[in-house]
Amino acid sequence: MEKLTCLHDRHVALGALMSPFGGFDMPIQYAGIVEEHNAVRNAVGVFDVSHMGEVRVTGDEAESFVDYIFTGNVAALEVGKIAYGMMLYSDGGTVDDLLVYKMGANDLLLVINAANIDKDVAWITEHSAGHNVTVEHLSDCYGQLAVQGPDSETVLRDVLHLDCADLTFYTFKTVECNGETVIVSRTGYTGEDGFEIYAGHELTVSMWDALIAAGVQPCGLGCRDTLRFEVGLPLYGDELSAEISPITATLGMFVKLDKPGDFIGKDACARQKAEGSPMKLVGLEIHDRAIARHGYEVLDGERVVGHVTTGYRGISVDKSLAMALVERAAGDLGHELQVRIRRKVFPATVIAKRFYKKSYKK
Amino acid sequence: MSKVIDGLYYSETHEWVRVENGIGTVGITDYAQHALGNVVYVDMPSEDEEFAAGEVFGAVESVKAAGDLNLPVSGTIVEVNEALVDEPGLINKDAYENWIVRVRLSDEGELDNLMTAEVYRSTIDE
Repeated sequence: MEKLTCLHDRHVALGALMSPFGGFDMPIQYAGIVEEHNAVRNAVGVFDVSHMGEVRVTGDEAESFVDYIFTGNVAALEVGKIAYGMMLYSDGGTVDDLLVYKMGANDLLLVINAANIDKDVAWITEHSAGHNVTVEHLSDCYGQLAVQGPDSETVLRDVLHLDCADLTFYTFKTVECNGETVIVSRTGYTGEDGFEIYAGHELTVSMWDALIAAGVQPCGLGCRDTLRFEVGLPLYGDELSAEISPITATLGMFVKLDKPGDFIGKDACARQKAEGSPMKLVGLEIHDRAIARHGYEVLDGERVVGHVTTGYRGISVDKSLAMALVERAAGDLGHELQVRIRRKVFPATVIAKRFYKKSYKK
Repeated sequence: MSKVIDGLYYSETHEWVRVENGIGTVGITDYAQHALGNVVYVDMPSEDEEFAAGEVFGAVESVKAAGDLNLPVSGTIVEVNEALVDEPGLINKDAYENWIVRVRLSDEGELDNLMTAEVYRSTIDE
């Protein structure tokens, strides 16, 4: 039985196409992926991302503990700021990618992927033994909305009465709202300016209703994927996994090898960085209208050198594009490869995987 | 409500076929195009390729997913709808007007294995 977010009946009432994702019954699209995608690129859209998980870690050793299980540098992070990074296995494979909100000194909120909630909570709890910390699993307490697109700051101000002009990229603030503490951050997963709002279920529903009534486009997970794909953001399960380290995924900038102290997966990442990871995540432009989907083979002549992790006909970029995991030697920019799409093989060129330019408010 | 046209034959995998003078015109149903959403690519076979009934002869891709195309009847491809190469979204506009391939049937008796409009309508109403 799939879990339901606090907005489930709203999605059904809006006639959304629903599908299981990460253990939840989630909206894939309302008006259509293309229309929703364009609303976020050109104006504003709202996503129900209440399926995301939240874990709070507090206690005297909260910062040192999270620094031990996380690739970012939490101790060096200022209160009110957010770090993106990963939890790793000791071989460098990825447990999950996540955000860490520094709520206060030794008070951290970890935001994790829905599909990984049970695994992550077990992982964090297991490793917390011997550390003076309290781990609270709060996923059922929070709803979460992502308001994304160039008009999102205006919509937050005019519709939700949240003035966020002072927030810069990857910072947050807490706001008292109907006697409840709401977290608002300037973050997202679309490559556009935008905000994520964490609140209790009732308040999440009333904010959603206000946004929809104000004409904000409801957006499903379909365009969430096309939007993140076009700006080269990874999705756990496609570009990151227990088999794919952040070094392989070319996300080494989020692995702070020079931070003080050890962290799980550090040695493996340091080795991969020094010796070069055998595989590498690249962008591909396919020279045809055919679309390369997850799992399709990438060839260098007769030889299979990797596989596609995500592929789409770009919506903001009118090309057939893919991200693919290929042997490092085959992954240089400009290298000519091929992709097998069903019965046919199509030529493809290795290109930068930021297919579309991000427009964040820094 | 998805449109179903009388006089055509329908497959369980949501293809339709109209037969005239031993030539079958094949497309996907209105129900199928709705379920797929915005069609962005149609992978079509070459002329003269032969397929058995039920065999995959191509694919229709929406933004999100690829759907296999199964040939409802055995035969040889005699024509593909070139208009779909540049404008795959025509299928969303009218899935019956915008056919995908024409096939020379090798056994018209196979049509008996397909559904009539009435039967197909009842399967998608469930």
